[in-house]
Amino acid sequence: MNEVIAAHNLAVALGGKTVLEDITFTAGSGELTGVIGPNGAGKTTLLRAILGLVPLQEGSLSVFGISGRRLKDIRPRIGYMPQRQSFERRFPLSSADVVATGLLSPQTIFRRIRGREDQVRKALRAVGMEGYYHRPFQGLSGGEQQRVLLARALSRRPKLLLLDEPNTGLDFPAQQSFVKLLRELKDKEGLAIILVSHDLASIAPAADKLLCINRTMHIHGHPAEVLRSPYLDEAYRCQFDFLTTGGDSERCWH
Amino acid sequence: MSEILAYGFMQRALLAALLVGLLCPTISFFVVLKRLSFLGAGISHTALGGIAIGLASGVDPVLTGSIFAVGTAMSTGHISRLGKISEDTVIGIFYASGMALGIALISTFKGYYPELFSLLFGNILAVSSRHLQLMAVVLAVILVFVLLFFKELLAICFDEEMAIAGGLPVGPLYMGLLAAIGLTVMVSIQLVGVVLVAALLVIPGATAYRLSSNYRSMFAFSLIIGLSGCFGGLFVSYFFPVPPGAAIVLILAAIFAGAVAVKYYLERRP
Repeated sequence: MNEVIAAHNLAVALGGKTVLEDITFTAGSGELTGVIGPNGAGKTTLLRAILGLVPLQEGSLSVFGISGRRLKDIRPRIGYMPQRQSFERRFPLSSADVVATGLLSPQTIFRRIRGREDQVRKALRAVGMEGYYHRPFQGLSGGEQQRVLLARALSRRPKLLLLDEPNTGLDFPAQQSFVKLLRELKDKEGLAIILVSHDLASIAPAADKLLCINRTMHIHGHPAEVLRSPYLDEAYRCQFDFLTTGGDSERCWH
Repeated sequence: MSEILAYGFMQRALLAALLVGLLCPTISFFVVLKRLSFLGAGISHTALGGIAIGLASGVDPVLTGSIFAVGTAMSTGHISRLGKISEDTVIGIFYASGMALGIALISTFKGYYPELFSLLFGNILAVSSRHLQLMAVVLAVILVFVLLFFKELLAICFDEEMAIAGGLPVGPLYMGLLAAIGLTVMVSIQLVGVVLVAALLVIPGATAYRLSSNYRSMFAFSLIIGLSGCFGGLFVSYFFPVPPGAAIVLILAAIFAGAVAVKYYLERRP
């Protein structure tokens, strides 16, 4: 397993206010890391720091061995899926058009995108949506739209995938199906995946590692270890109770 | 028909309707997709301040109004991007301040200013050859901008966060779009006036949005609707005692209402 992200004592300030501090973790290829924490914990800011969109206040962060201002140069190697609220859901684009927006970069300005159709079809096939190529994006169900947006994030064949609350608004079967797809992609393509969610129940069973933050890092490790930890209660500022006991302990909201 | 074309002022009016009928729907497409409708209304009303400064100082009011309109559009974008004040709040402040400046200056004028009333309420029949040249230049510049950056502008309208993450120059392109809106407002004011110009920026795109499931047909519908409104309004005002600006906007509003009704009927048909 190659190390893809290495963060050490990372701190980020926005508008003069520190929103993240003392974040230390690593993520490797073929590994799904779940970033959990309550609303306003700084999870999205962490993704924006990895993308080089917000500067570090302190500490170090390297992605594919690159750090500092050069982080923005490796954005084409990163697939990114922002939160659902950031786009207009009735926008008049087909599924293929949506995926093709993921192929745009400074290099494609003034130029046609070479092999656009092939790349779009491959990305849609990877998420099981090839038959939806011409379908209007606005007519798809929430789960189908999420798969198309995942295809967009995959369109440039990235080695690192950053997903921001991809399960929001999906019913439980759609969440399960989406997480299963992520695990398949991770195993098949050797992708490093950082999956942000405030919903512990949907992310914990799928993740190889969990990183629990609430402005600062509370715990980072194997899901079973994180779920048993008192630091989890501290981060969410509430009590978790055991739901079932089996080989691994599972807990849920109290 | 030949009677209409025999008049020089009607020939210029028809050419103005063609130019604005192409320009406004092009910008309207992006205004609606990026949800900038309030910005269009704000810029047009703010331009009144610039127009009044031009009339008071003896400088061409179209020039001073254009500087005000583009300046307002770009300042709104810049201030809202700093993240301290929302775009709606910034527009609301500029909107009221520009109008107040215009009213304050106009109240000091002595005598009658026919140009002022043309710019307030529009007068397509009084459009000059110089103004037509200005419209043609603005249309050419904006079409080149849109054609060169169409896919990037569309991506920014769809998901700005993703466009930034993809490394696109979102800031400069967004500012370019705002400047294009400001210029479009200013050259269109001659047709329908400060009060009604926002309708040309919103209704073609909003109607096309209702009728389309893909952006190509939305763009085509927007152009067809914009041209229909401009030419239709001009002909209505030739045959009936209705000011052309008001006729253009009323036809566009009727097309929008018709589109909403047809869509509603089709969606509920068994």
